[in-house]
Amino acid sequence: MHELSICNAIASTAAKHADGRSVTQVTVQIGHLRQVVPDALQFSWEVMCDATVLKDAALVIEQVPAVVECASCGVRTALDLPILACGHCEGFDVKLVSGEELVVVSIDLVDA
Amino acid sequence: MGRFHIHADGTGHVHERDLEHDHGDHGDHGDHGDHERTAGDVGDHSGYKETGKTRITILENLLSENDRVADDNGRQLATSDVCAVNLMSSPGAGKTTLLRKTLESLGELLRIGVLEGDIATSLDADQLHGAGASAISVINTSAGFGGECHLDAVMVRAGMARLPLPDLDLLIIENVGNLVCPAEFRVGEHAKAMVFAVTEGEEKPLKYPVMFRAVDVVVVNKVDLLPHLDFDLEVFLANLNAVNPSAQVILASARTGEGVSEWCAWLEAQCLLVAKESST
Repeated sequence: MHELSICNAIASTAAKHADGRSVTQVTVQIGHLRQVVPDALQFSWEVMCDATVLKDAALVIEQVPAVVECASCGVRTALDLPILACGHCEGFDVKLVSGEELVVVSIDLVDA
Repeated sequence: MGRFHIHADGTGHVHERDLEHDHGDHGDHGDHGDHERTAGDVGDHSGYKETGKTRITILENLLSENDRVADDNGRQLATSDVCAVNLMSSPGAGKTTLLRKTLESLGELLRIGVLEGDIATSLDADQLHGAGASAISVINTSAGFGGECHLDAVMVRAGMARLPLPDLDLLIIENVGNLVCPAEFRVGEHAKAMVFAVTEGEEKPLKYPVMFRAVDVVVVNKVDLLPHLDFDLEVFLANLNAVNPSAQVILASARTGEGVSEWCAWLEAQCLLVAKESST
């Protein structure tokens, strides 16, 4: 729902590190618990990056599944539903180990 | 973070530009075991130079700037011994009515400031004037690109600058009515609260888990309407417990006043916690 804000943050982070150089690809990691719609983010990206150093940059979205680790049985399970329960023993004493990522991983530049 | 490097939907990870996915530089991508390699993925470093491209590893959290400002806000609040509560809900759940009742009940006991986030109007703030707030600051989120659907730390910082913080005990930040975005942005608050109306349906915690997971207390509002609705309170509470087992629940009706004293007691307890922290 706030893909445009997130896109803005990705673009400014990428542009800061690009320092004026042309960028061909920006890679981000978005956790499943972040409720980001990849298509909406791609669309925002195309609109936003026109006429900037990012205009030819592809946005690569790596989606990170929500994974919990159970305190009782120690098993890690990826969640299909946003219910924080262990997929092995169904216990609720779980710790989230991934799924909340919102990270700019890297940018690819054209060598000068 | 980054351990589960699965490209779940397969999109976006087609390496059309002969680029090796350079795990060596990713720092914390220690565990490559889950990396589903696609045919084009097994890159070859020799191609790198020929294509004349350089990958720069950034690993920067997109919310890091927001979080930095949120920490600043938190320190500023602590300096003035102000407890801040971020109040969130969907539109129409009854935040403003609850807030008016809160001001009427606590206005004599505590010096309360209100930050109002509103997309286009000051209607909510207009309702609160005269109800017992010491100071009200409206943050109109429509300025700029797109009209924000939430308050972020920078907006709250601007709103705080217009409030006499040293003269306040409690700051209630009334976020923009929205069950998705406000939960993502820390603003420097001590606690997060949400108002949920029973007219919204029992499945909402499962549909909006980020919001329900983020909060310390859920005020279940409009319970005076329960006899007229099909809403199943037990199912709602079970759904809430599934996504956030530690959330405190207060059954309330801002209209009739039911539960308002319990909510006010929760607010007072938060203020006491902050006062205790500052004295140690």
